Amino acid sequence: MTFAVEVIVALKPVVNDPQGLVVRDSLHRLGFAGVRAVRVGKHIELEIEGDDEASVRAQVEDMCEQLLRNTVIEDSRISAVRVLSDAAS
Amino acid sequence: MLRRARGRNGFAVPPLTLARGGSPGCEMARLRTCPPHLSTLGVLMRFGIAVFPGTWSDRDCKHAVELAGHEAVMLWHKDRDLRGSDCVILPGGFAYGDYLRAGAVARFAPLMESVAAFANAGGLVWGICNGFQILCEAHLLPGALTRNTSLEFRCVPTWLRVESVDSVFTAGCARGDVLQIPISHGEGRFVADEETLAMLEREERVAFRYVRQDGSPVDGESPNGSMHDIAGIVNERRNVLGMMPHPERACELLLGSSDGMALFNNVAKLVSGNGVMPVAAVS
Repeated sequence: MTFAVEVIVALKPVVNDPQGLVVRDSLHRLGFAGVRAVRVGKHIELEIEGDDEASVRAQVEDMCEQLLRNTVIEDSRISAVRVLSDAAS
Repeated sequence: MLRRARGRNGFAVPPLTLARGGSPGCEMARLRTCPPHLSTLGVLMRFGIAVFPGTWSDRDCKHAVELAGHEAVMLWHKDRDLRGSDCVILPGGFAYGDYLRAGAVARFAPLMESVAAFANAGGLVWGICNGFQILCEAHLLPGALTRNTSLEFRCVPTWLRVESVDSVFTAGCARGDVLQIPISHGEGRFVADEETLAMLEREERVAFRYVRQDGSPVDGESPNGSMHDIAGIVNERRNVLGMMPHPERACELLLGSSDGMALFNNVAKLVSGNGVMPVAAVS
C-alpha cells in the first residue's frame, strides 16, 4: 500500500521564532489586529510504501527523530495520513 | 625543513595583533621542537579541509592554513579517508544547500562518518560557521544554530572575547583577549536549553563570546541573538571546536584583521610546545 503522510515541524514553544514575530507584526499592519501570536514552521509531504498505517506512522516518527526535525529546537507531529493506493508494490 | 609562512606575494605574515609570549623568532624556535614524524614531513600539521557541495570557505581556510605554515589537504564529502589529517576543518558555506536545515543533510555525508569517529577518538575537529552547524546537527557539539533574530544575513566584523583557554584551539590566547573576526551567516543564533547552557558555563566550554569593540559585554545584543552571546563552544573532551565567526577571513591585515591567525597558530603551539601531539592522528 502507498500512504501519503504530512508532517509539521516547528520550533519548540520555548524557542524564539523571529519569523513568526515579523509575520504577526505584518498582519497587524494589514489590520488583523486580533492576531495574538504567529509561529512559522515547515510542512513536509511524504509518499511511503507500507503494510499498514501503524507501521508507516512508526517509520515517520523515526524519520523525524533522525532527520526531519532538530530534536534540540524543533517539535514535529504527523498532521495527516491517507491511503494513496491499495495496490501492493 | 620548516617553511616560513609567506603571503601570496612573498610578504611575511603580518604580526599578530595579539602577539604575546615572544617574538616570531622565538615562535619558530619552539616550532622546531615539533614531533619527528611531523618535522620530517617538512610541515607542522596537516589540516584536512572538508568540501561539501555548497561549501564556500574551503579555499580561504586552505590559504590561512598555508599562511600559518601548515599543510592543507582537501577532503571530498563522498570520501571516507581523512588522508592522515591532524586536524579536520569543516569550513563555512551551505553544504547541500542547507536544505531542510543548515547542516542537517551534511551530517550524513560519508566523510562525516569518519569525522565523527575521528572526533570521538580524540582527533581535532574545527567547525567554522556552516561547520559549527554541521557539528551541532551531528551531536558532536550540544545545542543548535537557528535563524538570526534580525532575520538578516549578517556579514560584519565582530569582536570575540576568549572565555576559555582550556582547548588546543585557544590555549595560546589569554582569557579576556578580544579578537576581531568577522561573521557571515543568516543562521548563527546559538540555542540550547537552560540545563545545557548551565553545563557549558560551568565546564568553561564557551570558547568565545560576542562583545563590543572595547571588550564590554553585548548583553544579548549580539549580531545574531545567540543565548549567552555565545560565538563558539568546545566539546567535553575539548578536541572539537565550533564557532560561527570566520578566523580564515581575518588572517591578513589586508583583510582588516589578522587576529584569526592566532587560532591557526595556537594549534601548532600546543603541538610544538610540549613536543607531543595532543592526540594521535587516528584516521
